[in-house]
Amino acid sequence: MSDVILAGIGQTEVGEHWDRSLRSLAAEAVRQALSDSGGLRPQALFVGNMFAPILSRQAHLGALVADFSDLTGVEAVTVEAAGASGGAALRQGYLAIQSGLVDVALVVGVEKMTDQVGFGVEEALATTTDSDYEAVAGLTLAAQAALVMRRYMTEYRVPADGFAGFALTAHAHGAGNKFAMFQKAIKPETYARAEMVCEPLNLFDVAPNADGAAAVLLTRRDLLSKNFQHPLVRIAGAGVATDTLALHDRADLLWFDAAHLATARALKQAGASLDAIDFFEYHDSFSIYAALSLEANGFAQRGVGWKLAAEGALALNGKFPCATMGGLKARGFAGGATGVYQAVEAATQLRGAAGKNQLNGVQMGMIQSLGGPASTAVTHILERIDI
Amino acid sequence: MEISRHWRLKQQRYALVGEVCPHCDVKIFPPRDVCPVCGGEAKTTFAFSGKGEVFSYTTIYEAPTGYDQTVPYTIALVKLDEGPMITAQLTDLGEQPVEIGMPVEMVTRKLRNDGDERGVIVYGYKFRPAWKMPSQA
Repeated sequence: MSDVILAGIGQTEVGEHWDRSLRSLAAEAVRQALSDSGGLRPQALFVGNMFAPILSRQAHLGALVADFSDLTGVEAVTVEAAGASGGAALRQGYLAIQSGLVDVALVVGVEKMTDQVGFGVEEALATTTDSDYEAVAGLTLAAQAALVMRRYMTEYRVPADGFAGFALTAHAHGAGNKFAMFQKAIKPETYARAEMVCEPLNLFDVAPNADGAAAVLLTRRDLLSKNFQHPLVRIAGAGVATDTLALHDRADLLWFDAAHLATARALKQAGASLDAIDFFEYHDSFSIYAALSLEANGFAQRGVGWKLAAEGALALNGKFPCATMGGLKARGFAGGATGVYQAVEAATQLRGAAGKNQLNGVQMGMIQSLGGPASTAVTHILERIDI
Repeated sequence: MEISRHWRLKQQRYALVGEVCPHCDVKIFPPRDVCPVCGGEAKTTFAFSGKGEVFSYTTIYEAPTGYDQTVPYTIALVKLDEGPMITAQLTDLGEQPVEIGMPVEMVTRKLRNDGDERGVIVYGYKFRPAWKMPSQA
């Protein structure tokens, strides 16, 4: 089987795009990805999205995005797995190419979070929890993360500002990403002074909801044109796993088993060990989830994931760079587009095109997006192929 | 209006009716008809005592539609005495600070308003600090 190559990438700025619609954001990312690929035409389109039917009163995104991207006629569907929708769509695109039935697949992640404000957004977010047994109690996603974080801080005796490192790292990295919602570094005092959202979770432990779209064009290596412009980046391994939907059904509240399983599957397929991973785009929708991801994926022992951030190890010049373009916290949390943004960012790093945020000599990067508290986890391992 | 969706859960919402596995005696809530421990069929109903303790908790200030009238409210993971954990609001707290390990008991309260004046008012379980005999206090 030929390698599956990220032949084209595209992304819009992440932010509150009051003047932009779902369709225009998606179409912009698509145009960029097609152009970046040197003119490949997709046969199949997979759209990652979590909330359009609720927040924009728009379902049927496959046809919508194909239509407004001038791709009418193409096979197209939506893929939904809460915050992991984009990663799950990427997985479907990858499977389509690997199956041999599709030569060129387009994966688009798009989210329009700002079409409603206030209570309606919280209600939409809560639909990703167990509606009958979590959302009905008035649970929100931030509260869910806070329940985990309080338990974590209690069991592992984490100081009050123990998670500050995640926000500091993210904002420092966002400063070098022109597509990021926040492009300004923050100081430790800013974290310490931030208002509580859901104790112990403060404003800087929470990634901001935002609009955005990202796109990736996948094809087999043997189908690339002879004058393809970029260093080659392939998907070396992919894995998806699930855990209990409801947080309260977890046997172990502080272990993201789906994240663990998805990565184990991706590593096995890639034939790689964790040591080979040069950087990691984790799903820091909440800082506690970044810490638990580091632990479940094996980058930190249980109970000490937060220390990697606190010690500066996750910085661009640290021993294990993470969220290299700002992560969800600073780039912004564009819902179901997240996994595709991560793929675009990791490909940019591996192509050596990350500008001020470029890591030196990176060969292999891992991206992981989570649905809820890792009720779904999707891992992809991207690798630069030197010809 | 989501009448049937709430009506069919009345046993769980009002009386914490779950299941017990006939093979390994594990107590199950919410009911799922399959034992999460041994994988056997588990359709025997079991009413929980409603006693438990706080496993974790937080306070919500920005609530979803239907809950916005009651902010701030405290929500907890409650570990039931019989084993399962559930998500529920804490109520009747007064000035009492919440802490992990605090004993609580189930009560029935209004959970949310379902829209306008013709909408359904959803009732269900919340938990309050466990009542103690005065001599024990």
